[in-house]
Amino acid sequence: MGMTITEKILARAAGKEEVAPDDLIDARIDVVMCVDVTTPPAITMLEEKGLDQVFDREKIVVTPDHFQPAKDIKSAELHKRMDEWARRHKIKYYYKIGRAGVCHALLPEQGHIRPGEVIIGPDSHTCTYGAFGAFGTGVGSTDLAAAIATGELWFKVPASMKFVLNGSLGPGVYSKDVILTVIARIGVDGALYKAMEFVGPTLAEMSMEARMTMTNMAIEAGGKNGVIGFDDVTKQYLDEHLKDKTDYTVYESDEDAEYVRVEEFDCSAIEPMVALPHLPSGGVPIGECAGKAMDQAYIGSCTNGRIEDLRIVGKIFKGKKVAIRTIVVPATPTIWKQANDEGLFDIFYEAGCVIAAPTCGACLGGFMGVLAAGEKCVSTTNRNFVGRMGHPESEVYLASPATAAASAVEGKLTDCRKIKY
Amino acid sequence: MAHAHVYKRDHINTDEIIPARYLNTDDKAELAKHCLEDLDKDFVSKVQAGDIIVAGEDFGCGSSREHAVWAIRGAGIQTIIAKSFARIFYRNAINNGFYIIESSEGLEKINNGDELEIDYKAGLIKNKTAGVDIKFKPLPGFALEIINNGGLLEHIKKKM
Repeated sequence: MGMTITEKILARAAGKEEVAPDDLIDARIDVVMCVDVTTPPAITMLEEKGLDQVFDREKIVVTPDHFQPAKDIKSAELHKRMDEWARRHKIKYYYKIGRAGVCHALLPEQGHIRPGEVIIGPDSHTCTYGAFGAFGTGVGSTDLAAAIATGELWFKVPASMKFVLNGSLGPGVYSKDVILTVIARIGVDGALYKAMEFVGPTLAEMSMEARMTMTNMAIEAGGKNGVIGFDDVTKQYLDEHLKDKTDYTVYESDEDAEYVRVEEFDCSAIEPMVALPHLPSGGVPIGECAGKAMDQAYIGSCTNGRIEDLRIVGKIFKGKKVAIRTIVVPATPTIWKQANDEGLFDIFYEAGCVIAAPTCGACLGGFMGVLAAGEKCVSTTNRNFVGRMGHPESEVYLASPATAAASAVEGKLTDCRKIKY
Repeated sequence: MAHAHVYKRDHINTDEIIPARYLNTDDKAELAKHCLEDLDKDFVSKVQAGDIIVAGEDFGCGSSREHAVWAIRGAGIQTIIAKSFARIFYRNAINNGFYIIESSEGLEKINNGDELEIDYKAGLIKNKTAGVDIKFKPLPGFALEIINNGGLLEHIKKKM
């Protein structure tokens, strides 16, 4: 029986010729990612258990992001614990404030994500890295602690689901609209414990940034990981971003690999989508919700805070004013600089936006744009659960950067295709 | 005396279990004070040590925050009976030595406030109030081994 990309990567990591769904394996971890909210508890656990060791100081990447720069005293204490630990263990890739950014944008950009590798991180959106033909999955603090100390974790090999994407995206339609369509079809637990493999000609027209938006949201369908095969677009991105370790292994799914479910999509028919509160599966075409008044637009996060996203927003904002509170959060310092160099900050300033420092910030209701009771926010982020961005009676509407920007200009949910850009 | 706190809901997510506004600490007692706050603001005042949460599909979906498990255990909850669990929450529970129960029947056969007794070895939930027994499939061996060793880190230490 053939194997999928996910199975091949996990077999390699477990030192086995082959694995099958539901096999329990101990996998070697290639990259352990550490962020501020969930890593300090792992550090404390290791210290308390007498396991204060790191398996390989060159395979751990550390960045504060969720509450950085520290939003309050308690967050500052978390950052301090992580900083002391990273320096004590001489972690080679430690992105201190000034170079720190939203982890899932930062790690690929800084060349830490390679095809065929196993990456774990204490953040559920670690599935983003599958866009590179890698296996990325989110874990809790105890798993993280175990991985830091031993470089290994137990996994149950997930069965794979295949999502076949056909057709070219229409104007004003982006990968965010595709993934919201996928989740609307299968539901927030439609891929529970499963690998979500995306294939098909639509992907060839997507940049790595756009692909990362798709794999980023695999967890919003309950997926263990999202994965997209390697191609020329992947290679070009890697050629531009890999630094210290530039070799990698490309895995492809066998033709006779087994999938528990196959879903096909005609992407040329997909409209700009908005996921209504309070589940990411609440996606509807913009035509069904346009006109709903908003109080805030939030453009940023590991889903859609990359330079390509900011360029789209810049095109829409050029020469216009926003009608509601609009917060733009470039995901990393490099993206921040690029946006500045390209004149996008001038456009955002003229439009009346706030431009923030890289942070996860208000995506998870931390800071830099938290919502009051009754407020509604159109957001390029990934979750719209009750209270996600602030008060439990606030509402989050998930959309692409283009839809969020068009809605910011109009002050209500708006079809971005109405605006020439 | 373990009482059931029943939430006839699917997809009870980590933002409802412990909102991110409290994630600036990993102090378990502090987290427990806000457990399930955005779902049921009276939960913490109602719950007693040993009580049990009963819910629908996909319990614990969303974030990887282990704080969700710590908040629930900190509040004194003995176990959770759900139709299914989100993947990361499931791992986090096992890694913390916290036995959780998958049962497709729990939600139908348990009412809020029912008195429950659980035989983990036999895979049996005894609803003493309703006078019904509900069978469940005990956790797989590898998970039991981690739980019996007191969590993943203790488990690893034993193997080292």
